[in-house]
Amino acid sequence: MSDVTATDITASTAAELSRALQSGEVGSVEVTQAYLDRIAAQDGTIGAYLHVDADAALAAAGAVDAARARGEELGPLAGVPLALKDVVVTEGVPTTSGSKILAGWRPPYDATLAARLKAAGTVLLGKTNMDEFAMGSSTENSAYQVTRNPWDTDRIPGGSSGGSSAAVAAGLAPWAIGTDTGGSIRQPAAVTGLVGHKPTYGSVSRYGLIAFSSSLDQAGPMTRTVLDAALLHEAIAGHDPLDSTSIDSPVPVLAEAARRGAGGDLSGLKVGVVTELGGEGHADGYDPGVLARFAETVALLESLGAEVRQVSCPAFDLALPAYYLIAPSEASSNLARFDGVRYGVRVGDDGGRDLDEVMALTREQGFGPEVKRRIILGTYALSSGYYEAYYGQAQKVRTLITRDFTTAWDDVDVLVSPTSPTVAWSIGARVDDPVAMYAADLCTLPASLAGVPAISVPCGLSDGLPVGFQVMAPALADDRCYRVAAALEAAQDAARGHTFLAGMENPHS
Amino acid sequence: MSDTLVDYDEVLTRYEPVIGLETHVELGTESKMFCGCSTTFGAEPNTQTCPVCLGLPGSLPAANAVAIESTIRIGLALGCRIASWSRFARKNYFYPDIPKGFQTSQYDEPLCTAGHLDVEVDGETYRVEIERVHLEEDTGKNLHVGGSTGRIHGADHSLVDYNRAGIPLVEIVTRPIPGAGAKAPEVARAYVTELREILLALGVSEVRMEQGNLRCDVNTSLAPIGSLEWGTRTETKNVNSLRSVERSVRFEMRRQAAVLDAGGRVVQETRHFHEDSGSTSTGRSKEEATDYRYFPEPDLVPIAPDEEWVEKLRAALPELPAARRARLRDEWGISPTEMAWLVNAGAVELVSDTVAAGADPADARKWWLGELARRANDAGTDLGDLAVTPAQVAELIGLVSAGTINDQLARQALDGVLAGEGGPAQVVESRGLAVMGESDELVAAVEAAIEGNPDVADKVRGGKVQAIGALVGAVMKTTRGKADAATVKRMLEERLISS
Repeated sequence: MSDVTATDITASTAAELSRALQSGEVGSVEVTQAYLDRIAAQDGTIGAYLHVDADAALAAAGAVDAARARGEELGPLAGVPLALKDVVVTEGVPTTSGSKILAGWRPPYDATLAARLKAAGTVLLGKTNMDEFAMGSSTENSAYQVTRNPWDTDRIPGGSSGGSSAAVAAGLAPWAIGTDTGGSIRQPAAVTGLVGHKPTYGSVSRYGLIAFSSSLDQAGPMTRTVLDAALLHEAIAGHDPLDSTSIDSPVPVLAEAARRGAGGDLSGLKVGVVTELGGEGHADGYDPGVLARFAETVALLESLGAEVRQVSCPAFDLALPAYYLIAPSEASSNLARFDGVRYGVRVGDDGGRDLDEVMALTREQGFGPEVKRRIILGTYALSSGYYEAYYGQAQKVRTLITRDFTTAWDDVDVLVSPTSPTVAWSIGARVDDPVAMYAADLCTLPASLAGVPAISVPCGLSDGLPVGFQVMAPALADDRCYRVAAALEAAQDAARGHTFLAGMENPHS
Repeated sequence: MSDTLVDYDEVLTRYEPVIGLETHVELGTESKMFCGCSTTFGAEPNTQTCPVCLGLPGSLPAANAVAIESTIRIGLALGCRIASWSRFARKNYFYPDIPKGFQTSQYDEPLCTAGHLDVEVDGETYRVEIERVHLEEDTGKNLHVGGSTGRIHGADHSLVDYNRAGIPLVEIVTRPIPGAGAKAPEVARAYVTELREILLALGVSEVRMEQGNLRCDVNTSLAPIGSLEWGTRTETKNVNSLRSVERSVRFEMRRQAAVLDAGGRVVQETRHFHEDSGSTSTGRSKEEATDYRYFPEPDLVPIAPDEEWVEKLRAALPELPAARRARLRDEWGISPTEMAWLVNAGAVELVSDTVAAGADPADARKWWLGELARRANDAGTDLGDLAVTPAQVAELIGLVSAGTINDQLARQALDGVLAGEGGPAQVVESRGLAVMGESDELVAAVEAAIEGNPDVADKVRGGKVQAIGALVGAVMKTTRGKADAATVKRMLEERLISS
């Protein structure tokens, strides 16, 4: 119908698609078909999606186009396609959380965020791969398939939201929803060159996210630009009576903060560089290239008018052990419901085995090794006699980490660090070393444990692979993350003359 | 495999019992504890469920504010301290009737603590200390198909009904109750009876024991008299009637005494109660108890009832049963002991309702503690479960005082009411139970009695007036009890003495 090519479409940001759809320049069916074609052509290599229903996507897109043709009042996101991490429960659409134990389950309800995105008129392209139950940093723990990083298909796309990061980076979706428990939005966004934001805990409903660690899980946007992230975040945010931990406060104004930030003026902004996250004496395990890009980006902030100082947060050193007690403890309980009784896979029910045996066999065969490792860890940490020493102690550390943040906010507006100590590593390099895998979350864990918002924005390449820059802000001040990230994005785009993703060479062909 | 039992009186010559009760009460809220599903009893299996109470992946709980309020009101009625900070906790264990793999309950931060409830048995008051009152969710219900016992053992397969899963459940836990001696079984019963009255007065639960609204776990232990340490306790689970509470304590005392007499030791375990025999049998041993791995429920925010709200709830409490009884005692003019009989029989509200329906208090008490108590006992049910309403009892009393029927006919009328034949007046009508007036039929019966018993008639005529009783009896016999004895006597006197 127009002179917009399919390549134009799949290279567009979601904000651009939104504009083109609203102006009638393109239709949703055309946009959706362009993505479906690209998925058909390239997802065999990337492995981003676990489930794509082209017919359903085109039907939803057709409905939006028809409504628009009738002159109905539609929201700005109507007709824009998107991908959901498979941890998000979707009515009638297979949802596995990356686990064999949920193979074949078609939920009878929608997660609150899925319902909100549906009501906004977005078109679901499919469900993306992930580490089983969101446990991992490489998506290699998926029970189904390997997902490859579009920047280098021998490398991991990060995790646990690696299907979402790979899909967006490879142009197989304009944007996607991920979830972040200890860094699972920010780290995959960082290693695939995307913007990824973990909202303030309680600001996006968790109703219908298959729980990993209830006190940490948050859903958020994974996008090509900061503005897209803000738009998607606004669409899913807001109080939900179905989630008791949902904060009852007005939906934050984020897109406006992103637009303002893109103006580039950060004068008066006080920025704290966290010593414990890659700073002096804490640089072990960090790629030199990552630290170099980080230092350059801090300098860029200063050039934009920000006042930068070093801030010490001593308790952050304890974030990793605390996280690996709290998250597995909650997970061991959250995953108890997968017993083969009501839904999903049931193993060994042949009439000759009793209940306990069937439950044990179902879990033995239904869960992968990392999930079992964390269930055992968590079960142990919660056991009577060990509770205080492990879970109790970890909660105290959590309080200390929160206190470090609170103290820092007396002096600075945001805290910054690298998002991940390294760039994407080779597939298989860390599968036999869970502790090395856990170390990928070093920089993202403090914000998770304190429930504060944090964004990852691209800040250059190291060895030809993307590096992420993390901006953390006080609870409910997500707008600050967007403002700072947008300023950096605008300055960097201007300097290099194109968007970050446009710099991807030989994209996974 | 019947247990050896020691004679009850003999138990008390050697042992001192300590009891304790954990009572679960299903609240009568419209919706479940953590979702909007209905709580109506008796619906088709699994029709009152949703993603939340089925524990589907991704679903989250949202606490029922009415249930929290009800729990606090129960705590207030029991004189508890209301926590200013309280949290739910997860109790983790695997069983098909708990859909999430954990029960959302309360652990070390319950809503109410440190209360008490005074109960009376035979004119003596026993103070039962309340350890805690907390709020949790009920489990689903397993139905084991194919076995002979209805238990999982020997069943072909099991079905689960999740309609009950997630119904708000309040657990009221007593501290150990020592010092009741021989009265321990009755104290246990009196406690549950009084608790039930309080719950009814508060209107927080229908407290229908037969529907499982109120379920008791009864702890019993024995220690040699004079011993400084308490004995090992057993926990008899799901004791579901007032009578069973009493019987289960009695049985456990007799059984444990036999174990101890034989030099054995009581095993700490849960036991099943059998309604038919009044006995208990071994359940699961507590020595292999599950580690529930309690931890604060991260999906729910803490409850922090503010003082002002709690005081408002306290001020709005209804008249509690003890105060109400004191008032009724005055109104009915009865002694504390007489009131205690009513309480122990579970008859206070029944009598009160009967009086409210127009009956004389003395008559109402007489019926509920006499004939009706006998019927309940024969049927093995609680008084309140008899198929007769206080209004019907009042109607029955009314018919007697109006002279329409006499006590004997009234008992027959009651038979009809209990058999479902309708209200008392209806039964009197349909069974033809009304007292005979001075009808031709009665005149004929009186004259027949005189003619048929000339010797007795002569004695009466000769001044042996008390012999008239035999003639009255003869008339009552021919009229099958339908005549009024006083009328008959007067008619006989008119014929034999005055003329």
